[in-house]
Amino acid sequence: MARAATTADAFNAVAEPRRRQILDVLAGGERPVNDLVRVVGLAQPQVSKHLRVLREVGAVDVRGDGRQRLYRLNGHALKPIHDWVKNYERSWSDRFDQLDVVLEELKQKEEGDDSDA
Amino acid sequence: MTVTRSGSATVTLPTDEQILITREFDAPRELVYEAFTTPDLVKRWWHANRGEMTIAEIDLRVGGKWRYVMVTDDGFEVGFHGEYREIVPNERIVSTEVYEGLPEGVSQEDGATVNTATFTEADGRTTLTILVQTTSKASRDAIIDSGMETGLQDALDLLEQAALSLR
Repeated sequence: MARAATTADAFNAVAEPRRRQILDVLAGGERPVNDLVRVVGLAQPQVSKHLRVLREVGAVDVRGDGRQRLYRLNGHALKPIHDWVKNYERSWSDRFDQLDVVLEELKQKEEGDDSDA
Repeated sequence: MTVTRSGSATVTLPTDEQILITREFDAPRELVYEAFTTPDLVKRWWHANRGEMTIAEIDLRVGGKWRYVMVTDDGFEVGFHGEYREIVPNERIVSTEVYEGLPEGVSQEDGATVNTATFTEADGRTTLTILVQTTSKASRDAIIDSGMETGLQDALDLLEQAALSLR
C-alpha cells in the first residue's frame, strides 16, 4: 500500500502540541473559534493558523452557522495515527511491565547485598 | 511477587520525524540502566510478552554493536541491530537502530533511527525517556508500517480476549 502524502502530513499536523490541544477540545464536540481561543489560550490569529493546518490534512472540518464558523474533528483522517500511537504505546507498556519485574528482583538482590555487608 | 507498576508508557510525536517514549520506574537509575544494558536482563523484558528473545548482544562502548532478535509466538523472527554512539553510564545512551525487516528499497542508512535513552532519577524513582529520531520519512514510515501490522495482530488478540471474557 502506498503511503499517501496526506498521511505524512497528518503526522506533522498532530506533532504540534497546540494543534493536539485543539484536537482534544474538538474531540468533545463541535466548537466555534472563540471557544478554542479561550481554551487553548492563544490569540485568534494563531489559533486560526493551526486550524488551517489541521483543515489542510482533513483533520478538522468547518461549517458556517450564521456569523460563526464551527469546527469539528474529522476522526477518520487521524485514526491511522491514533491507532499506531496506541499500539506502539501498548508494546512499550508491555515491555516496561516486564522491566518492572526485573527491577524488583534487582532491588531485592541489592538490599540482600547491603544486609550482608 | 508483587510488582509496583509505576504507570504505563506514554508515546508522543514531538515532530513528524521523532517519537518520544516516556515511563517512570520505581527503582534507582543505576538499576534501570543495568536492566537496560545487561544481555541476560534485556532478554527478560524486551520481548514485551510477544515472544522469546533468542539473541541479546550488547557491546557497550562507543562504536560497539548491539543486536536483539526475538521469535514471536506465531513464529516470526524479528531482529534489530545498531551501534552505540555515546554512552554516559547511568545517564544517557545514544545508539543507532536498524530494523532487519526493512521493506525492499529502503537502505539501512535511510532506515536507521538514532535513539537517545535518558535516565533521570528523583526521590529514588527513575524516568526513562527514549527519543527515536528517524533519519528520513522512509524510516519513519517503515516504523509506522511495521507497527500497523502488529496493530492488526494486537486487535485480533484483544478480540479473542473480549470473546473469552463473554463465556
